[in-house]
Amino acid sequence: LSATPEITKEDGRPKWDNKFQYILSCIGFAVGLGNVWRFPYLCQIHGGGAFLIPYFIALLFEGLPLLHLELALGQCLRKGNIGAWTSISPYLGGVGIGSWVVSVLVSLYYNTVLTWVMWYFINSFQEPLPWSVCPLNENRTGFNEECYESTAVNYFWYRKTLNITPDIAESGTLQWWLILCLATCWGIVYLCTIRGIETTGKAIYVTALFPYLVLTIFLIQGLTLPGATDGLAYLFTPNLNTLKNPRVWLDAATQIFFSLSLAFGGLIAFSSYNPPKNDCEKDAVTVAIVNSMTSLYASIPVFSVLGFKATTAYWDCLDRNIISIINEFDLSEESIMRQNYTSWISFLNSSYPEKIAGLKLKSCDLQEFLDQSVSGTGLAFIVFTQAIILMPGSQAWAILFFIMLFSLGLSSMFGNIEGVFTPLLELQVVPKSTPKELLSGIICLISFLIALCFTLGSGSYWIDIFDRYAGSLPLLVIAFFEVIGVVYIYKIKRFSKDVKWMTGRKLNLYWQITWRFISPLLLLIVFMAFVILQTQKSPSYAAWNPKYEGFPMKEEKVYPAWVQAICVLLAVLPCVCVPLVALFHLTKKKCTSKDSCFVPSEVFSCQGANS
Amino acid sequence: RISNVLLCNVTDRVSFWFVVTDSSKNVTTVPGSEVEAAIRMNRNRINSAFLLSDKTLQFLKITSTLSPPVEPSTPVWLIVFGVVLCLIVAGIVFLVVSGIQKHKKRTKDTTERENLEEKVEVTVTLENGIPCEVLDLKAGHINGVFAADDERFTSL
Repeated sequence: LSATPEITKEDGRPKWDNKFQYILSCIGFAVGLGNVWRFPYLCQIHGGGAFLIPYFIALLFEGLPLLHLELALGQCLRKGNIGAWTSISPYLGGVGIGSWVVSVLVSLYYNTVLTWVMWYFINSFQEPLPWSVCPLNENRTGFNEECYESTAVNYFWYRKTLNITPDIAESGTLQWWLILCLATCWGIVYLCTIRGIETTGKAIYVTALFPYLVLTIFLIQGLTLPGATDGLAYLFTPNLNTLKNPRVWLDAATQIFFSLSLAFGGLIAFSSYNPPKNDCEKDAVTVAIVNSMTSLYASIPVFSVLGFKATTAYWDCLDRNIISIINEFDLSEESIMRQNYTSWISFLNSSYPEKIAGLKLKSCDLQEFLDQSVSGTGLAFIVFTQAIILMPGSQAWAILFFIMLFSLGLSSMFGNIEGVFTPLLELQVVPKSTPKELLSGIICLISFLIALCFTLGSGSYWIDIFDRYAGSLPLLVIAFFEVIGVVYIYKIKRFSKDVKWMTGRKLNLYWQITWRFISPLLLLIVFMAFVILQTQKSPSYAAWNPKYEGFPMKEEKVYPAWVQAICVLLAVLPCVCVPLVALFHLTKKKCTSKDSCFVPSEVFSCQGANS
Repeated sequence: RISNVLLCNVTDRVSFWFVVTDSSKNVTTVPGSEVEAAIRMNRNRINSAFLLSDKTLQFLKITSTLSPPVEPSTPVWLIVFGVVLCLIVAGIVFLVVSGIQKHKKRTKDTTERENLEEKVEVTVTLENGIPCEVLDLKAGHINGVFAADDERFTSL
């Protein structure tokens, strides 16, 4: 009599179909939009190749130890985030709850970014691309004024997509096209996470591997574009002087931390579905290396394309100047070319300086165009879309690019949703008989309704706020408590034994040292530096205001007081869970001596739970 | 007519000033505004006559009216969006329905398994080597257990 082959083990927990699925899910979670649009930007502004030095140091002493810790923890305790930390010690339950709150907040706004990607994707099927031409004004004699003063890509992004308001206090109206795309995105997320890792495990094969294919295609295409070598040289030329600036080290540390998606709880959830005897050490090293290599690999096509765009802008600038000169001096068409432009200019300047001055020629400098560095949504939706217009066959490139961004973001969303989903399943918030499909449907529906706020006119300002405050500071705090909790409360000797039982090897000295001293110290330093930098200047944002004098430059505005309060709330809420829960348990137990309170139950141990 | 177009101020570049005279009225020039209006209306014909475009043939002070971009009646993006939405809804419905079917099948399987267990037990009693009828036929005391099983057997 054989039991029907089911996906559940004896303890009723689902598991991965195979090891590759698990590794791919972790890689997909770690590799996200930040690898494409944040890492190349940091490389560029922090001295090119020299940035790799602090980056790899941060990886070795901060990223890798924390990653290994989370994977080992989840695998050992075989519970989601909240359950795992409550098992270690009830006082540490707040760590799990805090990271659950962060996962919720990040899921909300991250999917809205995917909404924008989807909007651009479905608009890429037109000829010509809608962001390549300005719409005309009413009497058809010229272009729309807002579009003409800035560029067509800017106009499409700020007006046609976001319909942005000039101030965060003005909420504007709900943009119906964004609501449709938002519903679609949440539909896709629901479709892929409907039964937890059963369905994400299948979807991850596509969403994690497809971006690499597209990156390779873009790499080949990018390297053939004119000006690509300028961009790459600009990116990778090391400037070791920048290493003296502490800002560079801070950026490297935060980048590696957020890039690996640590402290979200998603990694713990993923590894909790593993069989207990799995080599988590090798997995951690694999995921970290693949993540960093992907960042490097992605920066090559990004910078080829940026170099191409800068070169084209430079040539356009030159051409415009040449036409003015030819018109003014009535010269023939081919007399001035780009190559002999400088010699002509110096000749004309010496012979007819007044005429040249009267032309008001813009100075064209390739370095200046290369220096226009952007990161984040600006890179994808403004700079890159502009570059795509210039490539032959732009529709295909646009479609490929936006599908790639969507896959990258979607695989990260899986991790976020898993970090929300798994603890809810374990806490048995809903009765056990309700099917998983219903729970995931409820989560997606509620998230969609809350995320409708981000489709308002001021939505993108709010997303910046969430990104800066909810998705940054609390993670550092939670990671710090994670390390302290495992090393000093669970006791590292016990944890070493557990890891040895799981991997079959004794814990390396490197892990011991980093877990015990280096990583907590580093996290503390990064946290303090972060707080100091944030509080130094009053938080401001750049608003898109067509009525501003300096338009198309953005207007610098300060957040109003109520918005600042919300920022503080977002940053503090997840962090405050940690002491609150500890306090709650303390008062509940009413212990006389503090020492006996902190001793976790000796009966519990990693091996004991699974033997 | 060609004789009515007079050139002056010719330069190196192919550029020239021109006036248009009206042969019906005695050699008076057509006012500039009329010429401007005429050129604006017939820009395309003039361009194609010279095999040039708006960019390569420039009339000073006459800005070309731009043609609006072609807009189909339904925005293309709505069509693509409709396709994507249909795919997603189909996928969700399929997964939910298959989940319900699997759930039903699982409950049906567990009840079937219980029935099967009964059946196997019954066959075991047969396969013990001694069929119940033989036992019954043979003289000797009947084993209480077998008798009980016997009852179950006949009830089938």
